[in-house]
Amino acid sequence: MSANGTSEMITINLDGREVEVPKGMNAIEAAKLHGKEIPHYCYHPKLSIAGNCRMCLIEMGMPMRDRGTGEPVLDEQGVQKIGWGPKPVIGCATDVSPGMHLRTDSESVKEARNGVTEFLLINHPLDCPICDQAGECRLQEFSADHGRGYSRFIEDKNVKPKRTVLGPRVTLDDERCILCSRCVRFSQEVAKDDVLGFVDRGTYSTLTCYPGKELANNYSLNTVDICPVGALTSTDFRFKMRVWFLKRTNSICTESSVGANTTVWSREGKIYRITPRRNDAVNDTWMTDSGRDLFKPFESDDRLTHYTVDGVHQSPEIAAKAAAELLRAGSVAVVGSAHSTVEEQFILEEIAKKTGASVSMVKHEGEGDGILLSEDRSPNLRGALLNGLISELPKGDLTLLAAQVDSGAVKTLLVVNEDLTQLGLTEAQLGQVKIIYLGAFANAVSQVAQVVLPSLSVFEKSGSFVNQNFRLQKFAAAVPGPRGLIAELGVLAMVEALLGEGNSQAPTIAQVWERIGQTEGVFAGLAWQKIPEEGLKLEAGSLAKLNFVESKNLKLDPAALEAAQALPA
Amino acid sequence: MATTKVIERKPLTFAEKTFLPQIATGLKTTFGNMLKKPITLQYPEERPVIPDNYRGVPTLVKDPNGREKCVSCQLCEFVCPPKAIRITPGEINAEAEPDRAHVEKAPQEFEINMLRCIYCGFCQEVCPEEAIYLQDVFSLSGYSREEMINKKDKLYELGGTLPDEHFKWDKKKAAELSGNPEH
Ligand code: SF4
Ligand code: SF4
Ligand code: SF4
Ligand code: SF4
Ligand code: FES
Repeated sequence: MSANGTSEMITINLDGREVEVPKGMNAIEAAKLHGKEIPHYCYHPKLSIAGNCRMCLIEMGMPMRDRGTGEPVLDEQGVQKIGWGPKPVIGCATDVSPGMHLRTDSESVKEARNGVTEFLLINHPLDCPICDQAGECRLQEFSADHGRGYSRFIEDKNVKPKRTVLGPRVTLDDERCILCSRCVRFSQEVAKDDVLGFVDRGTYSTLTCYPGKELANNYSLNTVDICPVGALTSTDFRFKMRVWFLKRTNSICTESSVGANTTVWSREGKIYRITPRRNDAVNDTWMTDSGRDLFKPFESDDRLTHYTVDGVHQSPEIAAKAAAELLRAGSVAVVGSAHSTVEEQFILEEIAKKTGASVSMVKHEGEGDGILLSEDRSPNLRGALLNGLISELPKGDLTLLAAQVDSGAVKTLLVVNEDLTQLGLTEAQLGQVKIIYLGAFANAVSQVAQVVLPSLSVFEKSGSFVNQNFRLQKFAAAVPGPRGLIAELGVLAMVEALLGEGNSQAPTIAQVWERIGQTEGVFAGLAWQKIPEEGLKLEAGSLAKLNFVESKNLKLDPAALEAAQALPA
Repeated sequence: MATTKVIERKPLTFAEKTFLPQIATGLKTTFGNMLKKPITLQYPEERPVIPDNYRGVPTLVKDPNGREKCVSCQLCEFVCPPKAIRITPGEINAEAEPDRAHVEKAPQEFEINMLRCIYCGFCQEVCPEEAIYLQDVFSLSGYSREEMINKKDKLYELGGTLPDEHFKWDKKKAAELSGNPEH
């Protein structure tokens, strides 16, 4: 897996041009760096190299040296001769070395691709009209680019199983499989759940699960993403919508503190699927299956869709005013959330400061899988710490808050997302206080709250999270929220403004960042536009010493971090 | 600025002044046409002959075996310039229709908004299954906007059955049943 090379730069000759590339990088990546596409199927930057599809054939040559003396062999002009290989080589398994010559678009290379394409297509069904991969299919694209455009095959095509159920989420169409083995290697190398393999030989080769096994692990849908053709399909997305109608929006997975980078695919306000987006510092090119379903709860009926004050539907402005009124009375406690964005937490902290409220938070933990699902099931715990909303790791329940309610020290609660009845507060205790509830779903708290401020899902608003590696990552709104709702950042900012002198207009996210950028600490000098699409690593500072719950996973190694910290500076 | 040039008008001759030759030519045309066979049609009682390849209302067709040809690939929806087509793709229920199960896909709903359609024929041209045709229906009217949206049933009713040269899916089924033997 040396495809990405080292940092040492060397010079190679790519189609007659001298170019600089990192040493040890393979020819496909090196050519890509300089704008040349070498078509490939089986090679995947994050998997081992199999070299079985032969689509990436190129010509390679090395400067010639005399075998006996090791002296360079020169031609009449005194230039070192190039010893071109007699046959093409595969680009995926050819690592560049100094002085190497590559031809990626010579006649013989074109002929090789044409031949490979013809062989791949002889038994391929003409399925594109009913194939979900159409529009994002490598075979379709490369056949158009490098194929011959008509078929010389007059024999009967092979018939293979069409609708094999491999697991709860993956359906296989064997006829379309080009036997690239990406899915097999993924299962072995990344998911560590070796269930896929080929049976039979030659053109009869068929992908199946081992007897008695199924492709059921929480990463199974990644095989659908990496399958270059329409063989592996998502049972959920199958036949739902053509990919060319779908709008892509960059998002962040909220399942755990890993913060996998994702792409949300939507059409006309409806989300159809979520796929991983490559980020080598966070999730490579993978994500969990469970993270892809997170948009579904937001389509349910128990979503809060109206701002209410004492049970009456109101406009956001009036609801914000009512909330500010309650907060002004004092004796406030805030229950924050690690599901809120950095910006929302910042405004919440400002509200807490203005009202002198104490802030508590609860942890949400689950079992980690050591890959891309961490133990901390909230996307932005580190954001809350960096914001100063909380200064220590949250606990499992709110017994302290319950005592404060009993003693009368707390008379007003501002609750974000949490269902307090699950966290150690009784309904009787909730009855003793005034409650402002901010959340997406109806629960026991929203039912008794004086002011209910519905919130939007991560797909409906923009914002940023800080992940397990203290990486600040932003996401954009993919679809509009329920009619009449504005992002909770706006509502919170209105409440905050009403508590002070400011005007009560909902600010934009960039305006909020102007304020965050003025704070001291890691956010100083940052602005919304300055957060790069691939995220920004923040200095953890003293927070790194906290005893975070995450154990080792794909991109986090607490032991190594600790060792690095222990080293004298 | 362009200069204006005044052209002298030719004075009328005596014959022109009487207008009689002009009236005579006009009457000749009138009487000539009175005696010819009329070319206007008494629409709607009389209907014109629609030539082949006429681009009328787009319709969905079935093959001679009565099989729904559209597989809801949504290419026509994509290509339609005024976005008149709206398809809800669906999966064929293998249990309910075993002899069609191998096609896998069919439209759950298919709508063409005839208030939007510009009769360009792109949908017919792009269809990989030869399922959508602009046929000879040319007059379409309704009392409401909803009525002008042709639903799937209406589209098949208008389309009827057209001959098929390929029977692609029947061949596929045959290959599946006999085809290359399992080894
Ligand atoms: S895998 Fe690609 S080429 Fe094959 S039927 Fe599907 S879209 Fe067409
Ligand atoms: S199913 Fe897809 S990924 Fe797996 S071997 Fe076949 S073509 Fe490759
Ligand atoms: S004829 Fe043209 S405008 Fe009408 S439905 Fe077809 S593609 Fe659309
Ligand atoms: S009518 Fe043709 S182009 Fe349109 S969805 Fe059906 S098969 Fe595709
Ligand atoms: S990509 Fe090189 S052989 Fe498949």
